[in-house]
Amino acid sequence: MTRHLLILGGGTAGTMMANHLRRRLPRGKWRMTVVDRSDRHLYQPGLLFLPFGTYEESQIVRPTRDFLPRGVEFRQAEVERMLPSDKAVFLKGGERLDYDVLIVATGCRTAPEETEGMLGPKWRVNIHDFYTLDGARALRDRLADFAGGRVVVHVNEMPVKCPVAPLEFTFLADTFFRDRGIRDKVSLTYVTPLSGAFTKPKASKKLGHLLGDKGIELVADFVAEKVDQERDKLVCYDGREVPYDLLVTTPTNMGDEAVRRSGLGDDLDFIPTHKHTLQSLQHPDVFIIGDATNLPASKAGSVAHFESETLADNVLRHIRGEPLKEEFDGHSNCFIESGNGKALLIDFNYDHEPHEGNFPFAFGPLKLLEESRLNHLGKLAFRQVYWHVLLKGRPLPGISRRKKKPADWGN
Amino acid sequence: MKKTIAGTEVDVNEEGYLTDMNQWNESIAAAIAAEEGVGPLTEAHQKVVRYLRDQQAAGAALTIRSLGKSGVVTTKELYDLFPGGPLKKASKIAGIPKPVGCI
Repeated sequence: MTRHLLILGGGTAGTMMANHLRRRLPRGKWRMTVVDRSDRHLYQPGLLFLPFGTYEESQIVRPTRDFLPRGVEFRQAEVERMLPSDKAVFLKGGERLDYDVLIVATGCRTAPEETEGMLGPKWRVNIHDFYTLDGARALRDRLADFAGGRVVVHVNEMPVKCPVAPLEFTFLADTFFRDRGIRDKVSLTYVTPLSGAFTKPKASKKLGHLLGDKGIELVADFVAEKVDQERDKLVCYDGREVPYDLLVTTPTNMGDEAVRRSGLGDDLDFIPTHKHTLQSLQHPDVFIIGDATNLPASKAGSVAHFESETLADNVLRHIRGEPLKEEFDGHSNCFIESGNGKALLIDFNYDHEPHEGNFPFAFGPLKLLEESRLNHLGKLAFRQVYWHVLLKGRPLPGISRRKKKPADWGN
Repeated sequence: MKKTIAGTEVDVNEEGYLTDMNQWNESIAAAIAAEEGVGPLTEAHQKVVRYLRDQQAAGAALTIRSLGKSGVVTTKELYDLFPGGPLKKASKIAGIPKPVGCI
């Protein structure tokens, strides 16, 4: 009898898993289905650039089906709930999909409704976000005719997807206003609930000067109690206020609402996941990948990419009844835009903070934790790598799933 | 690195956070609290510290949200108890790692 592998989510993680596993599961024995509410695949790193006009929408949105292999059925549908005790998923409208193995790749979403006063008459008027296509588009239009004033870039609470993106946005905004010749009419402020823009010692030491150099004010340890839309101010629980003319906020991030409807998530609807195997802690036939997990790794496509390699092996082991590999180490790397046509590159995992060195090989050509033009070109070139290599589940040359030891590690 | 706090030698990182939560005791907490300008630890402080240590021991991510919803303390009270930076100060006093981003 044919067995069924069901993947919920056709984003970065779900698409990679479909490609990995269709190559490795015999077609006669296993059918595969991907379910997603949208049939458009969004290149999410592009959302950072869209507001500044660097990318057009057509460069960052493609049909989801173009990236799924033959032999995988795509269903455009909303998931109502998962019922792991019955090995079933219900779609909106009531249709039931039975599975033998379930991969949950439902990602995360912004939840502006979690902060008092964030949604209101001025949402998308002078309060914007860039983590959604709608939001990035509205912000692009707002920036296009922005003549000057107080621009506040805000992170509401951790964890957020691509945690450095708000800081990158701030750096890119500095360059954007400079290029437009109005930097002297704009004040830029970065507001974070953490203790600083950089919280890890090596990065703080190496990069701490960037904010001052660019004239960006930092407001740290700031947990927003509410957005006061009448007075255009962010208000902290301790009474501090940050006035703005344009607020670019990163709302609270939460898992998909289907996770909550299924009773499978934590406070933020992220699913408890084994941090090295990616198996559900409650249900052995369920695996979780990407932003949907509760892992203490970054919520980022890079993490999903490294997870996908371990998870593909583990799904096969699970099917054969073999012990799972406790392999995933939280590995993540990413380009960080630092403005002025330059970028940084960082590489880290659960245990080791971003450090200096060469990447991806001992001789480079890229430099870690250092600003360079080449890193920026790497970030722009990555869009093509994403569409043509990464989503297909192909390995990236010189970059392994587990983090390589840098030279200065003891053993 | 090693540091002697309240007469006990403990391992700390470059920012003074304990790297092994098992080396912690209440005298250490009191000494760090004084250093951080939090002052004498009341029962309300202690409840937060115990909650943070329990969560950390269970491997749960520490967030202002989970603390605010825990029934132990509201976010506003947290700022009153640990003025200036409740997450970083309460974590330091509780002998657990500082909440960080990825860089």
